[in-house]
Amino acid sequence: MQQDDLLVKIEKAALVGRGGAAFPVHLKWQRMKDLENPKKYVVCNASEGEIGVQKDFYILQNFSEEVFKGMLLAMDFLETKEGYLYINKDYYQKLQSKIDPLLELFKQKGYLINIFVEEPSYIGGETGSLLNAIEGKKTQPRFESPSPSVLGIFGCPVLLHNVETFYDVARVATDKFEKTRFSTILGVQKEGVYRVNSDDKIAEVLRKTKNYPDFDFFVQVGGGASGEIFTKSQAEEASISGCGSIEIYKSEITSYQFLNKIFNFYEKESCGKCTPCRDGSWQLKKLLENLDLNSEMPWSKIKPIIKVMEKNSFCGLGKSIALPVRSYAKNILGIEI
Amino acid sequence: MPKTVTIYIDDKPYQAEEGQSVLQLALANKLDIPHLCYHEDLKIEANCRLCLVEHENKVTTSCTLKASEGMKINTKSNELVEMRQENLKLLLASHTKNCPKCQKQLPCPAFALMQKYGVTSEEYERKMLDLAIHKMGGAAEFDPNLCVRCGRCVNSCADIGINFLKLEGVSSNSHLAYSENPKVDCIYCGQCTVHCPVNAIREQSHLEKVEAALIDQDKILIAQMAPSVRASIGEEFGQEPGLNLEKKMFTAFRQLGFKKIFDVNMGADITTVVEAKELSDRLRKKFAGEEVVLPMFTACCPGWVKFVEFYYPDFIPNLTTARSPHIHSGAAYKTWWAEKAGVDPSKIVMVSIMPCTSKKYESEMEKLSFEFQGHKLKPVDYVLTTREMAALLKKNKIDLPNLADSEADLEGEYSGAGAIYGASGGVMESALRSAAYMLTGQELPKLELEEVRGMKGIKRATIKIGDKEIKVAVVATARNARNVLEEIKHGKETYDYIEFMACPGGCIGGGGQPLTSTAAIIKKRIAGLYSIDAKKTVRRAHENKIVQEFFSYLADKPSLASKILYTSFSEKNKFE
Repeated sequence: MQQDDLLVKIEKAALVGRGGAAFPVHLKWQRMKDLENPKKYVVCNASEGEIGVQKDFYILQNFSEEVFKGMLLAMDFLETKEGYLYINKDYYQKLQSKIDPLLELFKQKGYLINIFVEEPSYIGGETGSLLNAIEGKKTQPRFESPSPSVLGIFGCPVLLHNVETFYDVARVATDKFEKTRFSTILGVQKEGVYRVNSDDKIAEVLRKTKNYPDFDFFVQVGGGASGEIFTKSQAEEASISGCGSIEIYKSEITSYQFLNKIFNFYEKESCGKCTPCRDGSWQLKKLLENLDLNSEMPWSKIKPIIKVMEKNSFCGLGKSIALPVRSYAKNILGIEI
Repeated sequence: MPKTVTIYIDDKPYQAEEGQSVLQLALANKLDIPHLCYHEDLKIEANCRLCLVEHENKVTTSCTLKASEGMKINTKSNELVEMRQENLKLLLASHTKNCPKCQKQLPCPAFALMQKYGVTSEEYERKMLDLAIHKMGGAAEFDPNLCVRCGRCVNSCADIGINFLKLEGVSSNSHLAYSENPKVDCIYCGQCTVHCPVNAIREQSHLEKVEAALIDQDKILIAQMAPSVRASIGEEFGQEPGLNLEKKMFTAFRQLGFKKIFDVNMGADITTVVEAKELSDRLRKKFAGEEVVLPMFTACCPGWVKFVEFYYPDFIPNLTTARSPHIHSGAAYKTWWAEKAGVDPSKIVMVSIMPCTSKKYESEMEKLSFEFQGHKLKPVDYVLTTREMAALLKKNKIDLPNLADSEADLEGEYSGAGAIYGASGGVMESALRSAAYMLTGQELPKLELEEVRGMKGIKRATIKIGDKEIKVAVVATARNARNVLEEIKHGKETYDYIEFMACPGGCIGGGGQPLTSTAAIIKKRIAGLYSIDAKKTVRRAHENKIVQEFFSYLADKPSLASKILYTSFSEKNKFE
């Protein structure tokens, strides 16, 4: 197949990045193609460090040939022979026997896909941190989002995609792409990863997968930490956003239980670089720890910390705490913070 | 020349160099933008998140925002004030409660920010990491619990060329730590302490001991001040860097209760004479074709010496055997002056005021002690940094800039050569002024050796002495020292004499100097030192009458002379 044909197909299929940011794939490819650097890298992000998201693992477990096929197509498109699979250590341990022989096979064909095994963490999947890690530096974000196509690794530009995006590319190339995506569904009878229609509303997805709860619930979509919160009725209208995950919470869950989960996650996963995220998340966790059983949620104290994390954090990790907390407060409790 | 652009800060136009950060421009124009992790000589970290401004309706850090034509910046919105305050509260949670420096009222940039922005530090609880204070020899120490993870110490340690300090761990457990690599050790230069905005990393205090000695009627307290201190301590009192306040300092020492006011500059003249003699001896041997270890290295900077003893022990024979200036003068005053004044030397407490933290470590070295009149004596008992001295003055409500001038006591008299010891190149210049005389019986035609002056990290020159040429180098910071030693090791360069200092610009940029210390400030201080030299009538160490008197006292005491003039060195292990 002609390479330009593939780019046209990708554009027509309206492929977007499945790491969460939903950036149009064909734009990334075109930008990389236009660069005159003699060396370019193709990198697959299989970090998947957020709680409640397991779709990349599922895809690698079941469709690793297609993921690598997507990588190889990208490498051919950019006329490069070197890339990285940046993979969560837990995943690699489970999938090594599947992945290693494939990579060996590609090596014989002249494609070098290096494995970079990362200690599982949320920050490890953040673009700048991932690139720093591959370069042997501390896993911490870089200055405000220079695109990896501008500042990649070892002085060379990088085409970076999530596992699912490479899978989608392979599907597009073989005309099998059907506007579906993968989503982890949790908090239901049959927890797991499902292939769902990209355009389906949350409630529809739950019904089609026979997971619609028979109890009162609210739902978090697009990540078990950073995902947005919707009520049962909002779930009829909202689509899957961010990285694919739908997590159901029983309505009885208390604010303390919900926020404790969120705050603990951010406190644990902050890389420790900047003030708002590092110290803000610790103070949030501490606020809940110091809370008496019967006392009210101290929103007036939570609010300024959430605000400063959202507006001032160095990278997207700290900023992303605002969406789940604000949408929970607004949609579930009816409080604007 | 970089392109100039016009940007608008709070609707006022400013000329900026394209690519200059908005924070740099604001600071150059004395606009008030708070900042903790930013330091003009260090790499940008952008982690404190205090230097916030608004640009295109977005809150962003001004240290990372590059000036471009027509850019409009707001520094004063309510939201900015709120964000800065919140970050300051988070950063400095329980700061005043936990910081011993605050309680001692030592100057603290973080505390100044808190006062300015109405933050009490009581808003939030501090996460105590339960990590021990780590002591770097007898020089400095750090308390990871007080650290705000700005990274300035880590970056300054890297710039010096040591990489001993690092930030370790993630989330709120991220903390200051040191390298466990057995081949990496601190050299006690204290650059970390002069870059820490919160005193989490600081000198090991001798203040309380000095205060106790000052009220002990049985003791005779002698103050001796290093060359650099007089040209920098004014900064702690709002004066321009480089302003020579020595005469006011002499008055201040007396007001504090010091019995005698001498001078490390006099000690520097002793060092010059001893070192120039050794250099002359080594050069004579070389000229005669005899086997001799060259280049000779200076050894008056304990940070540099530790660097050699730990990283390059093979070069130990290259170090001059001359002791350092305050150790020379300390012992001179405890022997020669004590005998002359009829004073019991065991009652003397020598206090050195130094721009340095490694001098504290040096003062505690057992090998420098000596027997005299039946007593075992230390040349120097306590070392105060410039910062500690400023704190002591402030505590005693001594308003330094407005004091009357006075002179040091007679035995504190020094030459212009002693005065320039504080600047990188000064030791070399002083030694060559004397060595030329010792080798040829004639003075150098021109006293000022411009080639070895200035802030450059490595300066090389060929100096004509009589009909001979000697090749010299002047090196500042361990990073540059490593480069020069590697050159020598691999036979790429040969030298006769090299001056090494651990800190940028020499002692004047030392780890015990006032905060903030920057390359620009250090330059001004250096100018101050050279102007002292230029105004002196005696500008060669060997012509200093006091020094001559001291050496004639030692003339018939070879055993004492060998004990108090010379030292030896040995390979060091980590943490030694």
